[in-house]
Amino acid sequence: MNTPMTANSDALPALTKKDFDAGVDVRWCPGCGDYAILAAVQKTMPSLGVPREKIVFVSGIGCSSRFPYYMNTYGFHTIHGRAPAIATGLKSYRPDLHVWVVTGDGDGLSIGGNHLMHAMRRNVDIKIMLFNNKIYGLTKGQYSPTSDVGTRTKSTPVGSIDTPFKPLSLAIGAGATFVARVGDTDAKLLPLILQAAHAHKGTAFIEILQNCPVFNDGAFDAVMDKKAKGDRQLQLEHGKPMLFAGGTRGVAWVRGKLDVVDVGEGKAAMADILVHDAHDPDPTVAFALAQWEHPAKPVPMGILRAVERPTYDGALRAQLREATDKGPADLQALVTGNDTWMVA
Amino acid sequence: MSQKPVHELDAVVIRFAGDSGDGMQVTGDRFTSESAHFGNDIRTLPDFPAEIRAPAGTLAGVSSFQLHFAHLPVFTPGDATDVLVAMNPAALKANLSGLKPHGVIIANTGQFGDRNLEKAGYATNPLADGSLSAFQVFPVDISRLTETAVEGTGLNTRAVDRCKNFFALGLCLWMYSRPLEHTLAWIDSKFGKTPDVAEANRRALKAGYFYGETAEAFPVRYSVRAAALPAGLYRNISGNKALAYGFITAAHKLGVELFLGSYPITPASDILHELSAHKRFGVITMQAEDELAAVTAAIGASFGGALALTTTSGPGIALKSEAIALATMTELPLVVVDVQRGGPSTGLPTKTEQADLLQALFGRNSESPVPVIAASTPADCFEAAFEASRVAMQYMTPVMLLSDGYVANGSEPWRVPDVAAIPEVKLDYVPQGSVFKPYARDPHTLARPRVRIGTPGLEHRIGGLEKEHVTGNISYDPKNHERMVRLRHAKIAGIARELPKTELAGGDSGDVLLLGWGSTRGAIHGAGIRLREMGRKVSTTHLRWLNPLPSDLAEVFARFHMVVVPELNLGQLAFVLRGKTLRDVRSICKVQGQPFREQEIIDKVLELMADINVSPFVVDVLEGARALTHASLA
Ligand code: SF4
Repeated sequence: MNTPMTANSDALPALTKKDFDAGVDVRWCPGCGDYAILAAVQKTMPSLGVPREKIVFVSGIGCSSRFPYYMNTYGFHTIHGRAPAIATGLKSYRPDLHVWVVTGDGDGLSIGGNHLMHAMRRNVDIKIMLFNNKIYGLTKGQYSPTSDVGTRTKSTPVGSIDTPFKPLSLAIGAGATFVARVGDTDAKLLPLILQAAHAHKGTAFIEILQNCPVFNDGAFDAVMDKKAKGDRQLQLEHGKPMLFAGGTRGVAWVRGKLDVVDVGEGKAAMADILVHDAHDPDPTVAFALAQWEHPAKPVPMGILRAVERPTYDGALRAQLREATDKGPADLQALVTGNDTWMVA
Repeated sequence: MSQKPVHELDAVVIRFAGDSGDGMQVTGDRFTSESAHFGNDIRTLPDFPAEIRAPAGTLAGVSSFQLHFAHLPVFTPGDATDVLVAMNPAALKANLSGLKPHGVIIANTGQFGDRNLEKAGYATNPLADGSLSAFQVFPVDISRLTETAVEGTGLNTRAVDRCKNFFALGLCLWMYSRPLEHTLAWIDSKFGKTPDVAEANRRALKAGYFYGETAEAFPVRYSVRAAALPAGLYRNISGNKALAYGFITAAHKLGVELFLGSYPITPASDILHELSAHKRFGVITMQAEDELAAVTAAIGASFGGALALTTTSGPGIALKSEAIALATMTELPLVVVDVQRGGPSTGLPTKTEQADLLQALFGRNSESPVPVIAASTPADCFEAAFEASRVAMQYMTPVMLLSDGYVANGSEPWRVPDVAAIPEVKLDYVPQGSVFKPYARDPHTLARPRVRIGTPGLEHRIGGLEKEHVTGNISYDPKNHERMVRLRHAKIAGIARELPKTELAGGDSGDVLLLGWGSTRGAIHGAGIRLREMGRKVSTTHLRWLNPLPSDLAEVFARFHMVVVPELNLGQLAFVLRGKTLRDVRSICKVQGQPFREQEIIDKVLELMADINVSPFVVDVLEGARALTHASLA
């Protein structure tokens, strides 16, 4: 009855980055990490092979949530924290659409934490980009649920006292089937992650480390620094040994714990280095990696986890189909019921 | 077996009362169904505790079901009961005050032991101490008689005990000359999977029936003739079920699928249950993680083109307010059902109230007008659901539908509508290739254009930020904001053009206009009839839409000396009407978690009418005298 399919979906004209530019003034602060992310998304979209009209960007509230206005697709800028729930309703009703959610650390992990968690638990086929800048930008600089302990802001003048969330741990704990991390300026990795997220059937959760030059400048400099990142990032690739620092260091089990070891003669052997298995149904290694932080450990980047599980929207449609396959539904019979009497 | 004499009655109010585990709701439902089949007009009032299994034998644990069945039209479950079936002392104590003088008490003596008497707070056994001499008491050891009847079915003691409600039902069916066939058939279909339970219930039912026939304690039986209802096919229907059917029908006629986002809450959950069972009709139900997700998922589906629905009670509305305002701002269709209950906060979850009216009208930030419609009876819920859906889709707006615990759980005979005769509602969609402005307006409804998401070339963005008129671009322009606020307001106010002229029962003018909304309809209408029978110039009318109000209201008010609004709150509609019409609208208020009785309204109206005859001078004198008395006492 609904879910109209348009006839010309198969004859795709070749789209370019420009086709995805809504052509309005972008209003983020100069130098904001959001610009790089927007550029990467606009650049990647044509490669997905999805007609523009089948794409919807849904966001909540915050700097990052202005994102849909800049994409020349269907878009919905909603209310604080609710984007995953709105996206869940939309995708459940319209499985033909490709639904992307843009959220931030305040929007997604604080006021909307419950919806984010449940979207991942349900494994709705939506793609969630969480821009993590460890601060509230739009409300002018309060600490966020990912701010480091001791972060001084207007609302925490002598330093924040609460332990921050580790977004990837939260995602894995909530049962997310696709979990990845990438930096805002990583123009090489970001498109790859977006493409993989698109290809994944189910909720894809991508934490994007995003610099907010106004309120929390340089929060990820240590990790994203061009020269140092080889030593400080653990670039994950499925099927490849987990090595960093030019292959001189790696990840291995040490006395029952996941740890960093030096690789080479008289040190750990290559055979001891773990091979990254993003498809491992057991989340133990992924969860352990998700706990790693700079400076104690290298920061894992790339796809930590990509496993298969039935999607919520898919299962929902299957139940509907099963019910409707039994033959045409008789509305009159429903309304009449089976306990009636005649009044003459 | 000699036939006992049968006495004809016009109407009977019967109340089944027992422990919440005693199956009183089932007993009531079955008796209702039998009476409906028989052709009586009926109204019911289920009344049960919030606890699933409240402490057995206590007053707090009493569950009851009141049924009014009659040969003449009835509008309420009845002011006072003719017959009280009390399965234990607590049930007797909790319900005795509602019994008419000389009313009948059928008491299960098997439960009137010392422990139960003590739990109910009786020092002596009321069945034996003469305290019930004003009533006709029929002591029956229902517990033991049930045990004997089901002996040999192999059920354990607990299961046997659970059959005793069928004994009580059988006895009452005999008493009112009702056949057993329908209930026997119902037992078969309900307990088909557990033949031993089915057999035990059948035996208990028949035992109760034959007990009435043979026991000398019952010298007569009664009958209540069929009512003269309009001809047609009837069924019995509860409010929550009628809402569900109304929404499914509306989606069908609107040519879209129904999406329900809901979070379990009393007394609205049955709508979620009902709709979840109808996937065949393309109904999608999502039990969300919370009230916020329930409404926002619905808004997401609405953006995708659904007839989007969310169902809840007052506390849930409080949580959904921000999202409803988003639907107002983005001008997306949404139906929000509030099955009201006693409040504030958790309040009285299973009891009825009408105190969410102001929340429905105004409970959002800023100027967020929302059409508000109220269902007035269980069967009326069908039409209210249909209307709410139609207006939401045609005007591109959230619509609030108010029901309450009384309408939701109560039931009445419903003439089954001919679904094919309900006209389809055509919705226009922006065609592909046309010039499209997201916030252009339909000149008639002022609705913004409807787009099927997924249509090439119509890509656009909407959101909660203020929109520029026509283009829908974000706009902070002061003049534009005022224009948009006024447009959103005008769009909702314009729905009044569709509303029919206000209809009155009684004269076109007179002393008192009794005006109500929602579930008080029956009591107000019944009170109006009786007041007119007493020679009073009282007319009644009932509002279906609370926003917008019918445009002829002030003019109708002008034809009466006094406008009186009975409400199950502290005067919320009266407050609104005073503001809108500048009339000194009077209130009759009740907030006890219970519906109005006709008599309560009649008494209050007579009291208020006495005031009409008091001249202002006399009032001044009286006020002065009172002031003096207060002063001298101080
Ligand atoms: S406040 Fe920070 S996050 Fe927000 S737009 Fe400015 S730089 Fe970007």
